[in-house]
Amino acid sequence: MTRLFLILAIAFAAALPARADVEIEEVVSPGGITAWLVREASIPFMAIELRFRGGASLDAPDKRGAINLMSGLLEEGAGDLDARGFARAQESLAASFGYDVSDDALSVSGTFLSENRDEAVELLRKSIIEPSFAPEALERVREQVLTGLRSDAKDPDEIARRTFDAMAFGDHPYATDYAGTIESVTALSRDDMLTAHQAVFARDRLYVGVAGDITPEELGPLLDALLGELPETGAPMPDPAPIMIQGGTTVVEFETPQSVAIFGQRGIAQDDPDYFAAAVLNQVLGAGGFESRLMDEVRKKRGLTYGVYSYLVPQDYAATLQGQVASANESIAEAVSVIRDEWARAADDGITPEELDAAKTYITGAYPLRFDGNGPIARIMVGMQMLGLPIDYIATRNDKVDAVTLEDVSRVADELLEPENLHFVVVGQPVGLESSVAN
Amino acid sequence: MTRLRALFAALTLSISLVPASLRADQEGVTTFTLENGMDVVVVEDHRAPVVQHMVWYKAGSADEPVGSSGVAHFLEHLLFKATDTLADGELSSTVAANGGRDNAFTSYDYTAYFQRVATDRLELMMRMESDRMRNIRFTEENVATERRVIIEERNQRTENNPRALFGEQMNAAQYLNHRYGVPIIGWMHEMESLDKEDALGFYNTYYYPNNAILVVSGDVDPEEVKRLAETYYGAIPANPDLPERVRSAEPPQNAERRIIFRDPRVAQEYVSRSYLAPERDPGDQEAAAALTLLAEVLGGGQTSYMTEKLQFEEQKAVWSGAFYRGTSLDDTTFDVVIVPVPGLELEEAEEAMDAVLAQFLIDGVDEEQLDRIKYQLRASQIYQRDNVDGIARRYGAAMAVGLSVQDVQTWPDVLQAVTPEDIMEAARNVFDRDASVTGWLTRPISPEEISQ
Repeated sequence: MTRLFLILAIAFAAALPARADVEIEEVVSPGGITAWLVREASIPFMAIELRFRGGASLDAPDKRGAINLMSGLLEEGAGDLDARGFARAQESLAASFGYDVSDDALSVSGTFLSENRDEAVELLRKSIIEPSFAPEALERVREQVLTGLRSDAKDPDEIARRTFDAMAFGDHPYATDYAGTIESVTALSRDDMLTAHQAVFARDRLYVGVAGDITPEELGPLLDALLGELPETGAPMPDPAPIMIQGGTTVVEFETPQSVAIFGQRGIAQDDPDYFAAAVLNQVLGAGGFESRLMDEVRKKRGLTYGVYSYLVPQDYAATLQGQVASANESIAEAVSVIRDEWARAADDGITPEELDAAKTYITGAYPLRFDGNGPIARIMVGMQMLGLPIDYIATRNDKVDAVTLEDVSRVADELLEPENLHFVVVGQPVGLESSVAN
Repeated sequence: MTRLRALFAALTLSISLVPASLRADQEGVTTFTLENGMDVVVVEDHRAPVVQHMVWYKAGSADEPVGSSGVAHFLEHLLFKATDTLADGELSSTVAANGGRDNAFTSYDYTAYFQRVATDRLELMMRMESDRMRNIRFTEENVATERRVIIEERNQRTENNPRALFGEQMNAAQYLNHRYGVPIIGWMHEMESLDKEDALGFYNTYYYPNNAILVVSGDVDPEEVKRLAETYYGAIPANPDLPERVRSAEPPQNAERRIIFRDPRVAQEYVSRSYLAPERDPGDQEAAAALTLLAEVLGGGQTSYMTEKLQFEEQKAVWSGAFYRGTSLDDTTFDVVIVPVPGLELEEAEEAMDAVLAQFLIDGVDEEQLDRIKYQLRASQIYQRDNVDGIARRYGAAMAVGLSVQDVQTWPDVLQAVTPEDIMEAARNVFDRDASVTGWLTRPISPEEISQ
């Protein structure tokens, strides 16, 4: 099988589409706002993605959850519209708006028809610039957030994630959930919403991507109308997070038939010259769907899980390499043991030439498949800008992957993978696993 | 730290507005049938050199023999094992080595397999997919290992999730005689006994071209798809003994059912009610269209009737909603849910929800709201042209439950033609408590409460 596999990989490598056929224009509005644009006039709508760097990590220390709650209120009344008026206006335009918070950014996504673009932009502007934060809306959305937090407290996946983060990131915002706690969210006031709004929404941290039925000439004024009123600056950015992960296992008792585990160690920043070598390594180790070593050993050979994955998590203020697995309480210990063995094997021996080729072919071949719609293209462009990548990056990205050598991966595997510092958080009633600080 | 998470992720999983399908007389959709009876749908989009290749079998969990629940899904897993010409796992590794992605999914009425790859790999996909239609060769060892995997899948999806366990009990109570009352993944005790003969029995009954639909979407030429399909799928003989698709039907439902599911892992209590409801039928989609719009009017969003009353006016719900999925071979359900605000007992929440449903039958449909919903449905036909794979999935799902290409193509017009009177008639018909299940998801009674 290996030989045939290799032949196929080589035979088809030459025929792969070298790159996604995407042409990005940079547009600077009369008011000085920069956006990256991909024009696609064949369908009469456009997608816009705004991203404000900092996100939930800009929460003041005693106001955890303020930015998350604030973002949930943006479409709950703005300008002259109350929550229901806003919803009716949005439905009348058949526009869709999304507001999403993460550790590193607050994202606003808009999709609207060409036939009512100006009205949709005005409505979106209201939600960003003039949210009401009306008391009754605050209470309603606060209760929804609290409901989510109460659910998380009984969700083994969320318990595992929170335990891992608390252990990993010291006193950095990354160590706590961005939605806050029951106590912190209960205590938030309308003034806290106004402060959170001022912290996040500013031009000095804004990135814009647009894809769809609009010309650069039309986009400039649109950007000014939508974003021209933003203040120049907001809250200062957080400091880098300490990474305090040490080897060992943390068991959190929870009455449920299947244990879930999150594991991790320090990772690699996305602007590191070795990032692509690390991506290839991770592809082979645990990111490659059915094809990864972890999936092969834990699922295909032993049937211990439905899914096991590892992933690079290159956040702005901490880079980690994490993974997850779930297995019955009786078999989770074996799954953990197999994963630890694979971690050590990859650290010691790197990967094979066949694995290198397969991973590179996959990573380069999968890249063009990501550009499958206006929304995804707008999001990819914003991500590129946040990483400081050049506007022609898409055309050269696969060359960087192809340039990764076996020696690169072996060196990175040796430097990056730390089996002795790989920590597992296990939630459930695992048989044969106990908390320990080192292996 | 992958923290993207909807507030009500667990609840919204089942919420899906039934999207209108593209009118196929618009550009892009071509259909034909191979001589062996295999239907083919091609959806063109030439903006990127990408193709999605899907094969849908008209066989799902509701077609399983009694006693072997989960075998349709088990077989889906086993179809990634060896064939006469492919080694165990080679199909997926070949897709990956070509930069593509592949997977499969099982539902009550169908099982589907798909790959998404660069356009010039389509022939390779067809060669491999057509191979495993008739030539799968899994071993006893494959069966034993993969059975552990599906049991872990059930652990992950269901046993570890009280909402999922509750949903199973709701379905089991809703269907007195039909297989929709049995979970797609299977009951654990039957999954544990699934064997090679069970899987091969299902395979050798249903996996034939005259029981399958090929759906190809993306940067393809329908003529070329036809040539390839005739080469690879056209060469496979039809099964002349394909069983007629008849399931045990529901008897008249004459008794309201109530269930209480208690689990210490429940963080948020809620009340769920399902009513037996008609589905989309070939050439007869009007009732389903009215129910589709009823779900939107009643509980489809921020301006829906239930949300206005229960969240904004009475402030008794943290969240409420109504759902209906009409793409089904047999009777489906219409569901309403209320998640009460803290301090409100489930009994009071249920009463509040019922009062709102009763008031809706008096108030009728807000025509401005209906106009907004219909405009959004028309707009969705524009938006979905940006996602031809989504159009392809709708064709596959509809045709797998026996709807015709024409049914799919007329569905948007049928939706637009629904009147307020149609919606109210649908509401009066569907809100039949004798054909309903009311469920409370709650926590166990504490010892103190028992002793009182």
